[in-house]
Amino acid sequence: MMSITQQIIMIACVVAGTLLTRFLPFMIFKADKPTPKYIKYLGYVLPPAVFGLLVVYSLKDVQVTSLEGFLPELLAIGLIIGLHYWKRSMLLSIAGGTIFYMVLVQVVF
Amino acid sequence: MSLNDHLSTLKYAFPKTLPILAGFTFLGIAYGVYMHSLGFPPIYAILMSVLIFAGSMEFVAGSLLLGAFNPFSAFLLTLMINARHLFYGISMLDKFKGTGKKKMYLIYGMCDESFVINNTARTPSDINSGWFMFYVTLLNQIYWVSGATVGSLFSSLITFNTDGLEFVMTALFVVIFLDQWMKERNHISSLIGIAASVLCLILFGTENFIIPAMLIILIFLSLIKKFITKNEVISS
Repeated sequence: MMSITQQIIMIACVVAGTLLTRFLPFMIFKADKPTPKYIKYLGYVLPPAVFGLLVVYSLKDVQVTSLEGFLPELLAIGLIIGLHYWKRSMLLSIAGGTIFYMVLVQVVF
Repeated sequence: MSLNDHLSTLKYAFPKTLPILAGFTFLGIAYGVYMHSLGFPPIYAILMSVLIFAGSMEFVAGSLLLGAFNPFSAFLLTLMINARHLFYGISMLDKFKGTGKKKMYLIYGMCDESFVINNTARTPSDINSGWFMFYVTLLNQIYWVSGATVGSLFSSLITFNTDGLEFVMTALFVVIFLDQWMKERNHISSLIGIAASVLCLILFGTENFIIPAMLIILIFLSLIKKFITKNEVISS
């Protein structure tokens, strides 16, 4: 078991690592200088790819080896796509998909 | 800005954070309960959710505290798990310009969820976008810290069947992705994001896929630079 001081050092390292990943781009590309063209380009092409990465990241623990492992996620995402193309309301799509998923994992599967 | 302007900005920001209110309250409580189950007093979950404010990393940090004392590997592990923030920063360089002192907090509190909302929201002209992003970030952190506090203090009292509620975060990301998909004229970046991530997930597994996926995305988007003009990817 670590001492309190050791625990504080460990937490400080995690905080420092997180701060570094968040602040680094802003430390390299200062606000008072024009952002290089290539970085500007990345700034507007990266977000769609990052959203895709986040979708996959949030589904990374889904089991694809059995039907019960991925069917609730598949059905719920299907419903979200349907709802979103129908009403294009963020809240309706998110709430609808989540409640449907909860019913599926609690009652059906 | 007058008090009234602050109130109207807050009123505009709050509905955009509702999915996060649901997700963070739940996940925050789950985090508090988790830290409690590891044997830590409530102050750990509360302080770590304030200071680190990066969901998945906080769960990992909880287990790190039970392992061997190795600060350097904790630091490296954090860089790896949180490397995706680098892309958020690059995407927000211009949006955070001119936000004054708030900028420090906007960067400090840039978790996945604050990033997706602040990056995609189009604020009307009577709303100050800097303050809007500030309130989105602050509300999100309040939800997360409140959840962690409740979870670590009252973990034994939670009896409501919450199975599956964690899906709200997946739902948020899917909807953000869809929204982007529906307004972009060219799907190349969205597609490479999904394809690179799935490929690396298969090749490197759940623990190690993010950095190789980021590298493939970066290389691919750099290679196609000369074929893409700004208005093909984003349209506001």
